[in-house]
This record gives sequence, C-alpha cells and structure tokens, in this order.
Amino acid sequence: MSERSERLSVSDHSPLWEVFVRARRGLAHTHVGSLHAPDAELALRNARDLYTRRQEGVSIWVVPASSITASSPDEKDAFFDPAADKVYRHPTFYDVPEGVAHL
Amino acid sequence: MYGNDFSGEDAPGGLLGEVEAAEAALRAAAERDRGAPGQDVDLAAYFAEVIDADQKIEPRDWMPEAYRRTLIRQIAQHAHSEIIGMQPEGNWISRAPSLKRKAILLAKVQDEAGHGLYLYAAAETLGISRDELVELLLEGRQKYSSIFNYPTLTWADVGAIGWLVDGAAIVNQVPLCRCSYGPYARAMIRVCKEESFHQRQGYEILHMLAHGTPAQKAMAQDALDRWWYPSLAMFGPPDGDSTHSAQSMAWKIKRFSNDELRQRFVDMCVGQAEVLGLTIPDPDLRWNDERQAYDFTQPDYAELMRVISGDGPCNRLRMEHRRRAHTEGAWVREAAAAYAAKQASKEKVAA
Repeated sequence: MSERSERLSVSDHSPLWEVFVRARRGLAHTHVGSLHAPDAELALRNARDLYTRRQEGVSIWVVPASSITASSPDEKDAFFDPAADKVYRHPTFYDVPEGVAHL
Repeated sequence: MYGNDFSGEDAPGGLLGEVEAAEAALRAAAERDRGAPGQDVDLAAYFAEVIDADQKIEPRDWMPEAYRRTLIRQIAQHAHSEIIGMQPEGNWISRAPSLKRKAILLAKVQDEAGHGLYLYAAAETLGISRDELVELLLEGRQKYSSIFNYPTLTWADVGAIGWLVDGAAIVNQVPLCRCSYGPYARAMIRVCKEESFHQRQGYEILHMLAHGTPAQKAMAQDALDRWWYPSLAMFGPPDGDSTHSAQSMAWKIKRFSNDELRQRFVDMCVGQAEVLGLTIPDPDLRWNDERQAYDFTQPDYAELMRVISGDGPCNRLRMEHRRRAHTEGAWVREAAAAYAAKQASKEKVAA
C-alpha cells in the first residue's frame, strides 16, 4: 500500500451519507440506512446497489450525515415540553353540543 | 419450512412469518414510545425501563458502556462474517454449472456484501468508525464466524452452504430482529428477508443433485456429511460454556440460548433432509417423544475452538485474500476521493 493510501481514511475521504427511499409513488421518502461514499453521485449509485436491489424504491435521496442537525435525546431542558401542555391543539379537547353535524 | 415450499407463499409459523411479526412488534413498540427522559430522570433507570418494556434503545440514548461494547463486538463480528462469507461461495461463481446458477450465485454473494454494509452502518451508530472496524478485521483482532474457514470442494457445497449455513444463520438471526438496539434490529429484519432466498436456492441445488445421477446424489450426500457438524457449531459453545450469554439475554440483545437455537435448527432440518433423500450423518439422531424434539450428537466443540483460534482449514487463506482485496482496491478509493476533491474545488472556483 502506498504511503498516501495509508493516510486515506474512509471517514475523511469517504464520508457518511444517510439514505432515504420513496418506496412507491404517493409515499414519502423514508430513512433506510446509511453508507460511505466520496461524493454525492457515488453515494446515489451505492445507495441504489445497497438499498434497492429488489425494487424497494422509485426515488432515492442521499444527504451528507454531517449536514443533519439533530435534537439531542438527553438535553436537560426538555426540548419537546412546550407541546405537552397544549391539549387544545387536538380536536378531542372540545365539547361538541349534541346534534351538531359536519363538525 | 424453507426449501420444500417453493410457491413463494410462506406457511404460517414459518421463519419469514416470524420476521414479519418482529417487524410488527417493532412498530408497536414505537407506538408505545415514552418520549425523551424528563429533566430529573435517572438515565440508567430509564434505560432499564425501556428494555423491560420491550422498546428500542436508539443511537443517541444513554446506554451502559458494557452494552455498547457488547453490541459493537457482536455487530462487527456479524458484519465481518458477511464480508468473509463471500469467499467460499465466490470460489464457485466462475464454475457454476449454468448461466442461471451463475446469475443466482452472483446475486447471492452481492447480498452478502450488502448485509455486511448494513451491519457496519449499524455498528457505526455506536460510535466506532468504519476504518476502525476494517482495521480490527484485517489485523485479526475481531473474529468472524468459524464456518467460513471450511473449504467449498464441490458444487454441492454451494447448495449445502445455502441450506445449512444460511439456514443456521437465519435461525440465529430471526430472534435478533427483536434485539433491544433499534439499528441492529432494523438491519436484521432486512437481512433475514433476503436470507430466505439464499436458503431456498441452496436447498434447490441439493434437491436437484439428490434426484440426479447416482454420482450427483453422492456428491450431495458428501456435502451434507462435511457441513452438518460445522453448521451445528455455528450456534456457539454449549450454554454452560458460553461467556457472553447471560448478560446479553438480560439486555435483550439475545433472546434464546445457543442450545435452544441449535435444537430448533436440528428439528427443522430432519424433515428437510428426508425430502432430499439424504442422510444426516448422525447415527444417534432420533425423535425423543418425551422432549418432543430430536436427540442428536453434539458437534466437536474442541474443533470449534481450534478453528476460532485460527487453526481451521482455510483461516489463513481467507485473511490473506481479504487483505489483498483491501490493498488492491486502494487505488479505487484514492481515485474516487481525488475525483470528489477535484469536483469540489471546481465548484468553489465557479461560485
């Protein structure tokens, strides 16, 4: 192995991509897994070979994993708390008077 | 269940049915999700609660360090097995007896590569890099399944690998679809669905040979004779000697003991061997009415330990081949990286 390739690490030169596949028309793209590739074009081809060998999809997205900003599950301030005390956002919160239709 | 049922429909209670059930359970567990731990929750207690409730631990959740290490070791070993596992069968791609068989074998070996990659990706969610994983394999510091250190001497061996080796792998892996670690469970669901084609194609190869000329039948029998005990050994040492089992069961990484799974495999194979018209090489194999299971001869565990520690028939060959493939593929990785760098710098100039 050449000295240069010794220095080449997968993570530096072949970063991680997250793969999303639309299984059929009418469905949203769904996360199916990840892979390594040096650029977007190869990531797309690798994703085709890795995740759609059995016609699992009609469309693929690949996104550099480093571009994803995620909420942290162990954040001390509960990130999702604001949603917990707003039951009035759900239709079941409201009393519908007897006999009212189409509501 | 497998192999003697070619209709494409899986009978209820079949392994594919179990995979579907595991997938449904995974969705149901997600429905019951308890959300993120609150502000003052003890993380270790929360972890234990999630495990108790049969819910999934996800990559960024807190987990005990030993849980993380156990998973990395197990998933990595599993991934390495898929990658090394391409070699015994790859040996027959150029000599498959027909174009149809060659195309099928190519697709199967490509699947094994894919399974290795799903699993490496699952391991990477635990904070180990792909580079480290590859290095651990190439330096022999992490193991792969001992079964791939046996040679494929005849075409019938390709059949025996599909039927027995993939069959044993499926029996091992179907319960892993319910593993407590989400990314591993999801990868296993995918892998198991694909493995069932592998097992059936192997069984079909043996079925054709076993119903062919006397020489072909003898070749099929010889393959069964050689692969039977190494396949039984795939389930690992007997429960009493298994070092990792108890803790893995408590963490719901593992769902059944080595001996339970081995028994399940034997019970499945007996009927399948009868349909083939081949004889399982075990004179003591017989139905035990009391246990409602077959009594059988245990594999040679001393041999298993020898093969694991590096002294099997093909250990050195497998590792040499993997190292060579890695070294000889370096220029492809370099070229792709150089091309990506060039494109990126061109875009920068244009912008």
